[in-house]
Amino acid sequence: MNFNKIYALALRHLYLIGNSLPRIIDLIYWPTVQIFLWGFISKFFTLNSDYYSDTVGIILTAAILYDFLFRVSISFNMMFLEEIWSRNFTNLFIAPIKINEIITSLTLTAILRALIGMIPAAILAIPLFGVSVFQLGLPLLFLLFSLYLFGITLGLLVTSGLLRFGPSFENIAWASLFFLAPLGCIYYPIDVLPIFLQVVAKGLPLVHIFEEMRSILLNGDVNYIDIIKSISISIVYFVLGVIIFYISFYGAKVRGTLINMGE
Amino acid sequence: MFIQIKNLTKNYNNTKAVNNISFDMEKNKTIGLLGPNGCGKTTSIGMLLGLIKPTSGEIIIDNKNLENLKRNDILARINFASPYIELPKKLTVRQNLEVYGRLYGVKNLKKRVDEISEDLNIKNFYDRKTGELSSGQKNRVSLAKSLINKPEILFLDEPTASLDPDIGDFVRTYIQKYKDENQVTILLASHNMVEVERLCDSIIMMKNGRIIDRGTCDQIIKKHGRNNLEETFLKLARSKNEFQ
Repeated sequence: MNFNKIYALALRHLYLIGNSLPRIIDLIYWPTVQIFLWGFISKFFTLNSDYYSDTVGIILTAAILYDFLFRVSISFNMMFLEEIWSRNFTNLFIAPIKINEIITSLTLTAILRALIGMIPAAILAIPLFGVSVFQLGLPLLFLLFSLYLFGITLGLLVTSGLLRFGPSFENIAWASLFFLAPLGCIYYPIDVLPIFLQVVAKGLPLVHIFEEMRSILLNGDVNYIDIIKSISISIVYFVLGVIIFYISFYGAKVRGTLINMGE
Repeated sequence: MFIQIKNLTKNYNNTKAVNNISFDMEKNKTIGLLGPNGCGKTTSIGMLLGLIKPTSGEIIIDNKNLENLKRNDILARINFASPYIELPKKLTVRQNLEVYGRLYGVKNLKKRVDEISEDLNIKNFYDRKTGELSSGQKNRVSLAKSLINKPEILFLDEPTASLDPDIGDFVRTYIQKYKDENQVTILLASHNMVEVERLCDSIIMMKNGRIIDRGTCDQIIKKHGRNNLEETFLKLARSKNEFQ
């Protein structure tokens, strides 16, 4: 891998953000709105539910973590879509940059975009609602890593769809995370789901991440087995995502969709 | 021969977009690829750029089969400009050239960007966003990007489409000058017959995915008993028979 090329592609997206104040505001705006919305919901639940009475902000913490996943995935998709919208797709794919360098560059830039939005929102939650996501301690890093891998995987699957079906697949990009959210048990324990859906949900890293988050916040217990499980499942999905991306790229070459792909 | 195209075919479902074409390109020569819309020019260029996988046939560059070459090794020696693809609109001209210079691994990038910007008169809008430029300015920036890596092989798809005669002439003069000063092999797809006559050493005429004639401009004009390339093109494009 050539890190200069990875940097060059990252630079293209960093220039894009840096050149536009509305884009920076957009990155920060949505996570902040989420914090306000879930902050008030969380406050209401805390005042009216026994389950949440001992743990201020369990929902808000879940909202911050879920938003991180959402931002990572959307950032990955957005950067790919930017190339289609700006009709730059052909220029990019005839440049001497390997597919793994493109994936690496988008993956690294996605976390920067996600953190630009998440950090101000997470800090804002402390004085506004007295909730700090950082109270999860060291396990927070592992949970974020697992979410990051899974977010990138979703991004890879959506971009594979864009390569396979063209820009018409764009709507799926926006819907992809909402599709998985009910099974992810983000705001509720897995027991809430019917048994057959629990089986499916356990195949997703999200359940293990958010169950672990609740366990830490409610009981102060850190179960590293669950954390390792969530990271392992995320790695498996990530590898599958990369393979599917390569297959889609090869398929796009056969179908001739890489040339003149635009809006 | 620097580039050899052997029996190249591309099928999309039951349609033959490119049907068993073969031609050679000598080093430092410009070949014109002509033909009506939908005749297979873009598909052929796409296959040469490695963006489209041929159904069958071979592309041999510098005695090596494109299939066996490392993708990056060959792409570093090639570049492409077309008015139908654009550079990121929200980036300034300078930023775009920097990004592509880095992607192509250009050494002394600042010097190269200065040099090419000077040659193509783009320095006066260097810090403007690419999306805010006129067609003529965008076209020159796109050409600058396509030359940033000093390519050995340059693919140009209608390089002067939608340009006024003055800028069109500037671009044609520059391409000719650049080719004379650098060892570059050019494949030029164009509907502008004056441009083709001026820039190309030889031409290939395509229709319905096949090559229907080839030779120098003079040879083809004489062969079909016409006065110029435009008339010859019309005769070939409107004919029901294939000529070769």
